[in-house]
Amino acid sequence: MKKIVGKAWKYKNNINTDEIIPAKYLNTSDPKELAQHCMGGVDETFIQKISPGDIIIAGQNFGCGSSREHAPWAIKEAGISCVIAKTFARIFFRNAINIGLPIIESQEASKGIQEKDVVEVDLDAGKIVNHTQKKEYRIIAYPKFMQTLITAGGLLNYIHSKGAEKNKC
Amino acid sequence: MPMTITEKILAAHIEKDTVSPGEFIEARVDIALGNDVTAPIAIREFETFGAKKVFNRDRLILVPDHYAPNKDIKSAEQCKIMRDFARKHKITNYFEIGSMGVEHALLPEQGLTLPGDLIIGADSHTCTYGALGAFSTGVGSTDLAAVMITGKIWFRVPESIKICFEGPLNRWVSGKDLILYTIGQIKVDGARYMAMEFSGTTIDALDIDSRFSMCNMAIEAGAKNGIIAPDEITLQYVKQRASRNYTIYKSDPKAHYQQIHQFKTKNIQPQVALPPLPENSKPVDEVGDIPIDQVVIGSCTNGRISDLRQAAEILKGNKAHSHIRLIVIPATQSIYKQAMEEGLLSIFLEAGAAISTPTCGPCLGGYMGVLAAGEKALATTNRNFIGRMGHLESEVYLSNPAVAAASAITGKISHPKEIISN
Repeated sequence: MKKIVGKAWKYKNNINTDEIIPAKYLNTSDPKELAQHCMGGVDETFIQKISPGDIIIAGQNFGCGSSREHAPWAIKEAGISCVIAKTFARIFFRNAINIGLPIIESQEASKGIQEKDVVEVDLDAGKIVNHTQKKEYRIIAYPKFMQTLITAGGLLNYIHSKGAEKNKC
Repeated sequence: MPMTITEKILAAHIEKDTVSPGEFIEARVDIALGNDVTAPIAIREFETFGAKKVFNRDRLILVPDHYAPNKDIKSAEQCKIMRDFARKHKITNYFEIGSMGVEHALLPEQGLTLPGDLIIGADSHTCTYGALGAFSTGVGSTDLAAVMITGKIWFRVPESIKICFEGPLNRWVSGKDLILYTIGQIKVDGARYMAMEFSGTTIDALDIDSRFSMCNMAIEAGAKNGIIAPDEITLQYVKQRASRNYTIYKSDPKAHYQQIHQFKTKNIQPQVALPPLPENSKPVDEVGDIPIDQVVIGSCTNGRISDLRQAAEILKGNKAHSHIRLIVIPATQSIYKQAMEEGLLSIFLEAGAAISTPTCGPCLGGYMGVLAAGEKALATTNRNFIGRMGHLESEVYLSNPAVAAASAITGKISHPKEIISN
């Protein structure tokens, strides 16, 4: 698994997908273009201030609202390596798992990590390390089925691996 | 084992007798839906996968409704991706401009979503069809692509939460008020990941359009699906539309619910949800003096014929306030035609409304009524998030169509009794 380490950018509870990618940008489905407006409904400076590998820290119900997969695509393409939140809204949760964007539910990490802390996520070892504060948080493992999806690299790769090739000519 | 309606439908779609909350399943899908915003990504993923054929060309439904009729060149290109795909794969239910409607009003009207179905749609308001006793939920584009390829989808079986309403509705109160009230009580993540089942004597007597409005906004409480067990009212609606068989499921009396909420309608007045979350609902009488710039009556929540009738009852013989831009959007062509035949469109025109062809348009700040900085709209739509209808410094308030119509006349958020006193 690719190493996940970066600076933390912290957001409030109930960040909705209109805030992650406002609807005025939904007339395209190009991830690169979407990434330019990532978090544009809540923080218009986001894309200028982040570096590849950075991490979003959020409160409860991150990604609520619209089902637009443009939201996790924009986050992923912007170079964000992981989203850590107290809880995720269910469609965003599915979408992130399905497209291979790492997301972690952790009440403690979401609460403890401060803006600009340098954070490392070790999915294999099941821990989040806050290098700035010298603290560690344990990650609760996903149910087995979801781990299979994540290991496969997302939903369509999982379907490939199951051999759903019958639709191919 | 006693089961809820949601559990029964899910079990039937994995050819088993039972399922339990928390269990992971890969279920057979009856209907899959995409629109001009979400389908282009699904089509890209479908083609990248190398798939050549959709799982069932009669069961994949494609509706260009969000930015259609095309708002600009980019949205025209998104719509074209979907149109070209629909033609290439001979999709039976692709709805072009002229037959298109707002998807969640259109599909039930066309008899495409039926009781007992398992329905997924790449649109969060897909939960609307639970009003017919179907399991119906919103997903993303990759999920849609997977269903287009395999006809199946993975789910974690949800816990159920029961919302009971008892008593007759107060004057001017509709399904929209019941759901805004509910979200105000349990908050925007109060039903997160759960099946939200509505029941009680109020629901038993509730018309089908109000049931659609309620299930439509289950997502605004974080729910996986909203659902109402089918009864005579459901069957009366479905019978004249269905062209295939369907199955009626009901929850067992001893089914397990993680939570049960009981509300008495006696205390529920027409609601307004203040920005920026649908949970900020309060009785319209308590919102104070809020002048508005625009009123939108329409959407997958409240663009149906009974919604337009409610609005027309208030607007008849009245004019919208000179500072108000009143936009009315019948949700489908057939609702548009019916509104014309019933004389509702004349009432709206006389009141100074702009009447639009069916589209999601302003609900998501797409077009046809985008707000400038500092402007306020009262809308019968479903979300009042920051910037939802336009500029980040604009505001959206949510209400039922009667409150919206009354407010269009007075120029500020108003109770319908200010226009019609009885």
